[in-house]
Amino acid sequence: MPQPADRKYTKEHEWVKFDGNNAVVGITEYAQSSLGDIVYVELPKPGSKVERSKPIGVVESVKAVSDIYAPVSGTVTEVNSAVEDDPAKVNVDPFGDGWLVKLTLAGAPDGDGLLEATAYDELVNSLSH
Amino acid sequence: MPLLLFERGAAGRGNDFVAAAPPVERHLDRALLRDELPLPDLAEIEVARHYTELSSRNFSVDRNFYPLGSCTMKYNPKLNEAVAAFSGFSDLHPFAPDEGAQGALRVLWDMQSMLTSLFGMTAFSLMPAAGAHGEITAMLMAKKHFKQIGESERATCLVPDTAHGTNPASASMVGYRVISIPSNARGRIDVAALKSKLDGSTAVCMMTNPNTLGLFEDDIIEITRAVHAAGGLMYYDGANANAIVGLTRPGDMGFDLLHLNLHKTFSVPHGGGGPGSGPVGANAKMAKYLPQPLVQRKADGSFALDFDQPDSIGPVRMFWSHFLAIVRAYAYIIVHGEDGLRRNSQLAVLNANYVRERVKDVLAVPYADFCRHEFVCSAETLKKETGVRALDIAKGLLDAGIHAPTMYWPHVVPECLMIEPTETETKETLDHFAATIHALVRQAYEDPASMQQLPLKTPVRRVDEAQVGRLANKAVGLRWRPPAAETK
Amino acid sequence: MYTPHTPDEIQAMLAAIGVPSLEALSSVPPGLEIKDKLGLPPALAESDAYAHIKALAERNGAARMISFLGAGAYRHYQPPAVPWFAMRSEFLTAYTPYQAEASQGSLQAIFEWQTYICLLTGMDVSNASLYDGATALVEGVIMALHAKARHRVIISRGVHPLYRAVLDTYAAGMGIEIIELPVGSDGLTDFSVLGSTPPQADCVVVQTPNFFGNIENTAAAAELARAADALTISVTAEALSLALLKTPRELGADIAVGEAQSFGLPVGYGGPYVGFIASTKEHVRRLPGRLVGETTDVDGRRAFVLTLQGREQHIRRELATSNICTNQALCALIATVYLATVGSKGLRAIASANVERARQLAQAVSAIPGFSIAHSSPFFNEFCLRTPSPAEDIAARLRERGILAGLPLSRFYPELTNMLLLCATELTTTEDIRLLTAELAKEHSRAVAAV
Repeated sequence: MPQPADRKYTKEHEWVKFDGNNAVVGITEYAQSSLGDIVYVELPKPGSKVERSKPIGVVESVKAVSDIYAPVSGTVTEVNSAVEDDPAKVNVDPFGDGWLVKLTLAGAPDGDGLLEATAYDELVNSLSH
Repeated sequence: MPLLLFERGAAGRGNDFVAAAPPVERHLDRALLRDELPLPDLAEIEVARHYTELSSRNFSVDRNFYPLGSCTMKYNPKLNEAVAAFSGFSDLHPFAPDEGAQGALRVLWDMQSMLTSLFGMTAFSLMPAAGAHGEITAMLMAKKHFKQIGESERATCLVPDTAHGTNPASASMVGYRVISIPSNARGRIDVAALKSKLDGSTAVCMMTNPNTLGLFEDDIIEITRAVHAAGGLMYYDGANANAIVGLTRPGDMGFDLLHLNLHKTFSVPHGGGGPGSGPVGANAKMAKYLPQPLVQRKADGSFALDFDQPDSIGPVRMFWSHFLAIVRAYAYIIVHGEDGLRRNSQLAVLNANYVRERVKDVLAVPYADFCRHEFVCSAETLKKETGVRALDIAKGLLDAGIHAPTMYWPHVVPECLMIEPTETETKETLDHFAATIHALVRQAYEDPASMQQLPLKTPVRRVDEAQVGRLANKAVGLRWRPPAAETK
Repeated sequence: MYTPHTPDEIQAMLAAIGVPSLEALSSVPPGLEIKDKLGLPPALAESDAYAHIKALAERNGAARMISFLGAGAYRHYQPPAVPWFAMRSEFLTAYTPYQAEASQGSLQAIFEWQTYICLLTGMDVSNASLYDGATALVEGVIMALHAKARHRVIISRGVHPLYRAVLDTYAAGMGIEIIELPVGSDGLTDFSVLGSTPPQADCVVVQTPNFFGNIENTAAAAELARAADALTISVTAEALSLALLKTPRELGADIAVGEAQSFGLPVGYGGPYVGFIASTKEHVRRLPGRLVGETTDVDGRRAFVLTLQGREQHIRRELATSNICTNQALCALIATVYLATVGSKGLRAIASANVERARQLAQAVSAIPGFSIAHSSPFFNEFCLRTPSPAEDIAARLRERGILAGLPLSRFYPELTNMLLLCATELTTTEDIRLLTAELAKEHSRAVAAV
C-alpha cells in the first residue's frame, strides 16, 4: 500500500505532516498493524517541549508496548484526546483520525533524517519479506 | 457457564462458624464501624459446586502435559503435600521462640546446607518468595557491596537478549541501566560483544546456564573471568537449573550470586501462579549481604534464627521464608539424594532431546547442537507458507489436552516455541505430543483457515483481549460491580 | 521414583537421538563436572522420608502451646471446606493463567479475589496478589513514587516493624528517604510533629489497627498527606478487621495494602502468606503484577483473561511497574474460598467474636495487680499490656509452662521493656484466658517478692 505522499516518515514508523511552522505527528499503517489492537495511548502534555528522536509517548497493544519518538523538535500545542478515549482510532485510521500530536516547530521545517513517502514505502516492503 | 460468587447466594446463608458474640457496638463506637459488608452469603453446597465447577475449567499438571519452556512443569509429588500439612508446621507461629521451633529450624538449616552443596555456594537465604524476588534481593546485595567498597558509580547491568523479562525489570528497580548483549549464530551470548561492554561502570552480569534457548553457555568460565576482571559481579538466574542439578554447579562456573525457583526445579506446585520460593545463594565474598535472618547452628547443636548479620541488606519479606513451600522442596530432595537429583537432570535432558528429534522435521530447530532440558523451534516457515502462526499451533494443542509451550520468547527466534517436557513425562506422552504437532502442521498446510478457529473444545475459545484492555485502562472490567440501583 | 523411564525406553530414546549414553548427552565442558560427592544424605525411601519429616514436625513444641501471639500472623479457624476445595489438584498443579482458554478456573477465581479485596477496602481496583503485607507496602510506595517522583515517604512507627524493615531494605537500594512519625503514649500516631507545612512527599503511610492493636485516625493521615501533596497509603496487617471497621477508602486512602493471611491461611512458621494492593481508579496503570479482566470469547461467552500485561515484566522489561512474576495465586484462592465459605454473615460473626474475646482477655489480665492496659484507645483483637517486670522474662517463664504470652515489645521498641502485645481470636477459649491469668498472677507475686 503506497504511503500518503503529503507527509514524511521516520525509521521508527512515525509520520509527520508539515503546515507552515506547525506539524502533525502520528504512527503509520505498518506500525498499527504490527502492534495489533491498541488498548492505550499515552501522549505528552500540551506546552511540553519535545526533542527530535526522543520518546514523547507510548502506544500499547495487547501484546506489545511501543515508544513514540518525536520526528522533529518543537512544542506540543494539542494532543488527540479522542484517541486517548478510544485508542482503536489509531488502528482504524492511523493517517487521519488517529493522529496523535500537534506541535509548533523549534526551527524551520527540517527534512533532515526524515524519509520521503517512496523511501519509507521501500523500507516497509523490505520488512515484510 | 459458571456464575460469579457475587451472583450467587442469599443473605443469611452459611454455617455458624463461632458461638455468637454480642454486637460490637457494645465495645466500639459506631463512628469507627463500616455501615455494611456487601459480600455474598453462600450455603456450603453453593461453595462446593462453585469451586468444583471452576476446577473443571482448568488445565493442570495432574491432568495435562505442559511442555512449557523455562517453567519446568514437572509432576508435584503428593508426599510433599502430606508433609507440608503436618500441624507441627502449620500451627507454628513465626514469632515462636527458637527452642519451640527446633524441627522447623532443622528443616531450614538442612535446606541451606544442601542447596549450598548442590550449587557450589557459601550460604543460602531461604527468604525470597519467588524467583523475581530472589533477583531483586541479589541486586540489592550487589548495590550494597559496591557502596561498601566505594564503587557506587557502578550502575550498569549486562543481560543477554534472550533473558527472561524479570532480569531487566529487577535490575532497573534498583536503578541499574540495562545493556542487552546479543546472541550469536550458535545461540550463545556473543562473548566479544559482552567484553566490549565491560568497563568501570559494570555492576552485574545476569545470565542463565543453560540459556533460554536450552543451550549450554560453554564459554561461561571465560565470561565470568572477564566480568570479574572488570570489577563486576556474576548473577545466575536459576530458572533453568533443572538441566544441571547434580551435573555442574554455578559456583564452579564463577557465579557470585544466584537464585533458585523451588516451584520449578524442586517440584513445588505452581498453584496457578504461586506461591513459589526463590532462595538466594552467595559465594564467600557476597554471603555477608544475604537477607537476615539466616538459620544458624549454635555450639550446643541447637538451631536459631540469626539476626546478627551486620552487613545484611535487611529482610526482604515480613517473615523468615515461604516455609510450607520449603518443606515440600525438602521432601523432594531427601527422597532423591544427589544421585537421584543428577538422574532427574539427565532424564530431563533426554526427554527434551527426544522431543526435539521427533518434531524438528516439521518445526525448524534453529540450532544444530543437542539441547539441554529445553529447546526452541520456529513456526516461521509455516507462517510464510501458510499464514499459520506459532499461536495457532499452540491453540491447536489445547484441543488435544496439551498446554501450549512457551511462545514468542526469546525474541531472537521468530514465531518461537520453547519446549521443556521435564523428566517426569512418559515416552508415550512425548510420542503423543510429537504426533499432535505433526497433525497440526499437516492441518496448517491442508486447511490454514481452520487453524485460526482453534481451539474448539475448551470451556471458552479465543478471547477478546483488546476489548478488555481498553476498558481496563479506565479501571473498568477488573471486578464485579453490583447492578446499578433502579431509579424511581 | 517420579521418573517413569524403563531401561528399554532410555535405550530406544538414545537410539532415536543418536547418542550412546545419558552421560554423553548431559556432559558438561571440562573443568565444570562435579568431581566429589556433595555430602547430601543418602536418598530415603518414601515411607522413611515421611517418618523423618513427621518427627521434625513434632519437634516444634510451640505449635502445641496456648498462644496469644498475633503481631502480623493470626491464628484463626480454618473451615475444613476451605482446603478441601482450594487445594484441589486442578488449582494446585495449574500453571499461571497465560492461556485463557485453559485457565478459566484460575482466572475467575482471581477475578473474584480482586472483587473481594475491592469490597473489603472500598477501592476501585485490586491486583491478583503480592507476596505478603510487607512487600505489598513496598509496591504501594513504588506506586506513589511513580505518581509523585519525590523519593520521600512519611510513615508511622505504628506500622508493623517488619513491614518497615522490608521497606528500609528496598528504600536503601532505591534512594528513598524515610521520615518516621512517632507513636504517642496513647498508642497512636502523632500526625502533628511535622507541623502545618510538612515536606512534600510521595506518600503518608499509616497502619490500622496499628502494630500496638489500636485503631488509628486515618483521616488525620489523609490530612497530612494533603498538606504534603502526597498519596495516602493505608496498611492492614489483620485483614479480619476490614469486616467491621470503616474502609480505607472511606477514611481517605488512595492506596490500600495489607496481608490477607487471616482469611484461612495457617500461620505456617511465616509463609506463604498473601499480600493485597488496591487503589482508586486513577492509579490503575501503576498497579504492579497481574490483573484479571472480564471479556467475551469469539462465541460471546463470558471469559476472564490477564490484561494490561503491557505494564508487566515480560513485555515492558526494564520499564515494568514491578518485577513481580510469580505471585501468591493459590494463597489468594485459599483466602477467596474462605471468604466465600464464611460469607458476610460469618465474617462479621468471627470478627465480633475476636472483639469480644479480646475484651474478655483484657478485662481478666488488667485485673491482676501490677498489670494494666497500656492504652485507652479502641482496639480490634490486639492490645498492649503493661507488666510489673520485664516482659521478656515473663514471656520466657510462661513458655516453660506451655503458654505463648504474646510478643514482648522490646524486641522492636527497645524503650518498651515492660510491655506485652497480646492477641485474642475466636479460637481463644475461656480456659486459655484463665490459665494465662493464673500464670501472670504468679508473675505479680514474683515481682512483689523481688522488691
